[in-house]
Amino acid sequence: MQMTRAHRLLVPLAVLAALLARTVGADVLPDDRADLFYSKYSGGGMDITGESVSARKKFTENFALDYSYFVDKVSGASVDVLSQASVIKDERKQNSVTATFVHDKTTYTLSFSNSIERDYVSNTPHASLSQDMFGDLTTITLGFGRTRDKVGENDGTAFVPNVVWLGHAESRSYELGLSQILTRNWITSLEFNVITDDGYLANPYRSIRYLDPTAAKGYSLGSQIYPDTRTSTAVELRTKYYLPYRAAASLSYRYYRDTWAVVGNTFEFDYTQPIKNLWILEGRFRYYQQTHASFYSDLFPYVAAQNYEARDKDLAASNNYTIGAKATYAFLPEGWKMFKRGTATLDISEIRFKYLDFRDIKDFNDTPAGGSYAPGDEPLYHFNAIIYQVYMSMFF
Amino acid sequence: MRSMRAAYVLSGVLLLSACGGIQPWVKPYERDRLADPIMVWDRDATSTEYIDHVYESREGSRGGTGSAGGGCGCN
Repeated sequence: MQMTRAHRLLVPLAVLAALLARTVGADVLPDDRADLFYSKYSGGGMDITGESVSARKKFTENFALDYSYFVDKVSGASVDVLSQASVIKDERKQNSVTATFVHDKTTYTLSFSNSIERDYVSNTPHASLSQDMFGDLTTITLGFGRTRDKVGENDGTAFVPNVVWLGHAESRSYELGLSQILTRNWITSLEFNVITDDGYLANPYRSIRYLDPTAAKGYSLGSQIYPDTRTSTAVELRTKYYLPYRAAASLSYRYYRDTWAVVGNTFEFDYTQPIKNLWILEGRFRYYQQTHASFYSDLFPYVAAQNYEARDKDLAASNNYTIGAKATYAFLPEGWKMFKRGTATLDISEIRFKYLDFRDIKDFNDTPAGGSYAPGDEPLYHFNAIIYQVYMSMFF
Repeated sequence: MRSMRAAYVLSGVLLLSACGGIQPWVKPYERDRLADPIMVWDRDATSTEYIDHVYESREGSRGGTGSAGGGCGCN
């Protein structure tokens, strides 16, 4: 039903995009570019390092290819996995290829992305079309992607794995974007995204807990049961303004809701300050809050208390805020040989997560001192994460 | 149903704009500030995709911000 709605939405707009096309000048592809990227995430019991190489090459004035390789290395495990006394060591490798073709005022993009973990395989083909119109003041973008996932669970250990494949999931993403130049200093954009999922959608590593008077801790753990469909709608409005002294400020707001009753609101403010042509300094503040899913509970009254049951903290009521700073240094501002310029970037962010109905049961119900909490009285969970990103980009 | 209505209103506004023959009010030679690298939405695609994946793996919301990459991120 929801997919049909999304189709109905996109078809008239696709026709409009074609009807309203103007032919004043032509779109151009951006410069060729190569990037080396490193990231480190630490927080909530997890350490994740990410490394990436990517390159973009124009083969003609109308056609370019992008390739990127990304590898994530995970060690540790988050609190809801730790509460089951299992520690994870895993690696995710992602390959992505994108072809971009420009014809007059239209940009066509085709991409394919493949992501592989020991217990999770994901493939996503994606297509989009962007059309400039009204003297290039307006750009409409339509996109569609289809992701097929194979979901497994490692029943062995981190070092001697034994992966059991549990099922498949399929996701379709329908995207509509509108970007608008408002004045010579001000741009804004609106993005609308409907995603439908079908298949095995639960996280196999997380468990529900329910009251159990026969258990020593007063509760027992059980398997999560999720619905096998989900449809979400996200709308994001962004606006960016060029300040009189050569700096930029941007604001964005995203509204999200889905058929699992999760409603999310995201606010973000960014400020960009260049210094001569050598440095670009940026500051970032982001706030996010969400309601819990209709079938989420931190503690169910008894086993199989309802048809669907989840205790994944991602579906709990929560909020978080991010403070970030980023500095980009242009080390070849005048170019060198085949390179037009090069930049080096350091980005540091801190995210503070706070959960409103997810309790920390790891160390609080069985302390050596003999003090223990009754089930449901444990402290609410919270944690901080630090993210470092370091990368170098060469433009040619 | 609401989202469908919103799309049709948007389509109507675009159609009316076309019929009215609106001229571009920011001329190409007035777009030097908008062409400044500091006005680009996402200057570094790898970083944007990475940070979107960080959030999508830890929040109930997804989408509306472009691609966030694949994978589970569920440990």
